[in-house]
Amino acid sequence: MSGNGSAPLAALARDSRSWACYDCGKCTATCPIARVGGHYSPRRQVLAALAGDREALVAGDALLKCLTCGLCQERCPAQVAYTDLVRELRVLMRKDVAEPECPHGGSLQSIMRMMGRGGTTQDRLGWIGPDLRTERTTGAVFYWAGCAAYYDAFFTEYELAITDASRAAVALMNRAGVAPVVSADERCCGHDLLWNGDHEGFERLAKHNVDLVAASGAETLVTSCAECLRTWAIDYRPYFGGKVPRMLHVTQFIAEHAGELGLTPGGGSAGGARRVTYQDPCRLARHLGIYEAPREVLHALPQLELVEMGKSRASATCCAGGTWSYCDRYAKKIQVDRLREARATGAEMLVTACPKCQIHFRCAMKDPRLGDDIGIVMRDVAQLALEALGRFPTPASTATRG
Amino acid sequence: MTPPSAAFNPHIVVFACNWCSYAGADTAGVSRIAHQPHFRMIRVMCSGRIQPGFVFRAFENGADGVLVSGCHLGDCHYVSGNERAVEQFAKMKAVLKILGMEEERLRLEWISAAEGVRFAKVIDEFTDRVRALGPGPFAGTRAATEAVLAGTGSGS
Repeated sequence: MSGNGSAPLAALARDSRSWACYDCGKCTATCPIARVGGHYSPRRQVLAALAGDREALVAGDALLKCLTCGLCQERCPAQVAYTDLVRELRVLMRKDVAEPECPHGGSLQSIMRMMGRGGTTQDRLGWIGPDLRTERTTGAVFYWAGCAAYYDAFFTEYELAITDASRAAVALMNRAGVAPVVSADERCCGHDLLWNGDHEGFERLAKHNVDLVAASGAETLVTSCAECLRTWAIDYRPYFGGKVPRMLHVTQFIAEHAGELGLTPGGGSAGGARRVTYQDPCRLARHLGIYEAPREVLHALPQLELVEMGKSRASATCCAGGTWSYCDRYAKKIQVDRLREARATGAEMLVTACPKCQIHFRCAMKDPRLGDDIGIVMRDVAQLALEALGRFPTPASTATRG
Repeated sequence: MTPPSAAFNPHIVVFACNWCSYAGADTAGVSRIAHQPHFRMIRVMCSGRIQPGFVFRAFENGADGVLVSGCHLGDCHYVSGNERAVEQFAKMKAVLKILGMEEERLRLEWISAAEGVRFAKVIDEFTDRVRALGPGPFAGTRAATEAVLAGTGSGS
């Protein structure tokens, strides 16, 4: 497999600043997989890319093991863009070497590729229900629902309700006076195909989705999915033709409309009735730098206290399965450790802002021997916000908060 | 039975368990029961093995219909594998519904080793049903799939 093709490797090494690596090893020291004993070394991967050693790059599934969580990149003193390097390497080496052994039997990749090919009329809006105000084709704001409906249908064993988070998001948008476009013709954003090296499949989806949102005339796009947001904000850049919509995570939307929603910034209470802790999704946090919006929302919710885990914000451990490219006992260990950390805060709930966090942590909680140790209720930030507003419906009642 | 020269002959993938349905197909064969031939059969050890990814991939690569088959409930060679097949099948159905695929392109049937007649009947009915629906939504990918298969060899 070695030999020709070292020129693209060299270009990737250059573009990811791998040439700046001074072999300090901080990346491997901080890598969540390496920390739980998994044999994975970002440092060695960077050196192999520099040396043009294709065989070393793919040996032992090395290319697929990376969580692409970006923690090593956060620590790297030479700003090597390791996560970008891994993504591009997967694209480069997909054809000749690395057909990923996809978790869940490749189901999710197949679903994405079928969506990419089109030709069917999706029945994906069943979650909306009669009480939400939405538009179908045109409007100023587009609510990007992502694959929530698919996840609820597929991961039935995890008691998921990702579409409840979608409903909460739209309900909050309604309360802020926005009836967003929710389209039946939306397709997977392609995040996972891109991160599994299927650039062709990704591009098909990207072009369709960019056209769809452009045709809606929306100037703002709001989503509940951290991965969709990353994909829209960063990976769709080459595909925008006309005006690029403003792209917001639902937590940013809620924070921006706090006043209209009757939320007082900082209006939450230390020693509040309920303690919750927050899981920073890797895409929302390290990839996009959105740390404050979810916290602002949580801090504004009455009778609720946010307690941080030891590893939070830029240091947060991810859910260990973000790209459907690999899952093994080390992923499980990372999840179990993270859930223990969440439990150790004394919180009764783990709040997050990405469907994937919920899927993977709920999977870990299925362990029959650990269930009692690591079990914790999980909710999306928007669900909590809507619930709090339901309980404290008028802005006036917030004055009584301690 | 529609002859193979019909205007449209669907491409159907049949997943069959080793102990019942595959043997049922065998019974149909040794009994010389005629049935339509427009399917490719994939033998698995148990219908519980047939995970959604198998079926999704079949459709993605251009199948017009997929039949999942196994031992009758209560008769599973591995006691409860076909109960798992039922759970898996429900997921496939739910996902394909959201995706907008016609429901009848995917079917679950229990066929025992003795039921050669029933095997032939199920195949004929399903083939006619899928023929009536026409090519599947991703049938256009089949040429590419077949080229890949031809390029890498059949393994035989």
